[in-house]
Amino acid sequence: MFPSTFDYVRAGSVAEAISILDGSEDAKLIAGGHSLLPLMKLRLAAPSTLVDIGRLSELSFIEDRGDHVAIGALTRHRDLETSAVLKNSVPILSHVAGEVGDPAVRHRGTIGGSIAHGDGASDLPAAVLALDATMVVRSAAGERTVPATSFFKGFLETDLAQGEVLTEIRVPKTSGGWSYKKFNRRAQDWAIVGVAVVRNGSTRISLVNMGSTPLRASASENAINQGASIEEAAHLASEGIDPPSDLNASAEYRRHLASVLVRRALQEASA
Amino acid sequence: MQVTMTVNGQTVSRDVEPRTLLVHFLRDHVGLTGTNVGCDTSSCGACTVHVNGESVKSCTMLAVQADGQEVTTIEGLASAEGELHPMQKAFQENHGLQCGFCTPGMVMAATSFLKENPHPTEAEVRLGLEGNLCRCTGYHNIVKSVLAAAASAGE
Repeated sequence: MFPSTFDYVRAGSVAEAISILDGSEDAKLIAGGHSLLPLMKLRLAAPSTLVDIGRLSELSFIEDRGDHVAIGALTRHRDLETSAVLKNSVPILSHVAGEVGDPAVRHRGTIGGSIAHGDGASDLPAAVLALDATMVVRSAAGERTVPATSFFKGFLETDLAQGEVLTEIRVPKTSGGWSYKKFNRRAQDWAIVGVAVVRNGSTRISLVNMGSTPLRASASENAINQGASIEEAAHLASEGIDPPSDLNASAEYRRHLASVLVRRALQEASA
Repeated sequence: MQVTMTVNGQTVSRDVEPRTLLVHFLRDHVGLTGTNVGCDTSSCGACTVHVNGESVKSCTMLAVQADGQEVTTIEGLASAEGELHPMQKAFQENHGLQCGFCTPGMVMAATSFLKENPHPTEAEVRLGLEGNLCRCTGYHNIVKSVLAAAASAGE
């Protein structure tokens, strides 16, 4: 399998990438290519132009900035997984990066690519949602920031407009307990359901593959933050959520899994 | 587009379409057919090569993305005199293969893995090779081979 034809341009700077995007109706950015190329090989995506930003090394960094850690969009999963700064200040993010795909995938895939792809079944979008991270987005008009809670809009759809580049993810440092529970049946599979819990003052819970975007388990969060028991909160995991049915799991099974995994994650984060 | 990269220490340059995948570049344009195409969906790892020393699934990378980079395939592991790489020797001595189709990818993934974790436990080897499938299910001797290669490097 190979993609349909496209023009390829290697951008020398973020500004150049933006100007190419602005001049095209359907140009797409490529970095590691581990979300986009599989779609293109299946002909589910066929951009006329690929703008390669994979070599913009100024977008690959993990920086301690006092109350938060700033991560360049081109930082690879492998670099997140092995980062001493993250292990110390946002350990759940380092852990979740190590749960993505397999080692060869983590050598290529980037955090910005995963988040801009916005797959509700992916690990990292749910992690940044539970962490209340902030996305930094650049365009010809300048820079804007978008909280994770309003970044993921729909199935493979984010708040990014054509002509915008996700450049940085700002993640508040955490000091409390955390947990990531990924349920799958085979090595390297996507999560059938995943749960991220971050206890940092209040408790935040996000769900993987329970909808077309990563979701917060708001009912469980409210319950636990108002003093309910872990059992009670876990029972509410899929309240107000309409999970998909597919070959791997029915909606009913996903609801069951969400409750079980929220309970286990809350227990681990509270231990 | 003109693409130039180092493959197994040699500079190679070819004019290819941008949509050419690295694995097709290596097999069809450079003629190195040791790298196999298995699932073609970045799941099975049969196409694993090293890019700048790290394992990569060459079915999920464009040749143009590897422009200017250093690529090593299974053909480039043995010494110029033909002496097998310690990992290849370990696979041979421990019968780390059945049909052999996954072997080039397994060996490339395993050599990359041992660079990152030179003294792994058995469980770490299994996790480190999670991106490589052996459909003969011959994992037992593959893991044994990788552990043997790790032990021989310490001698």
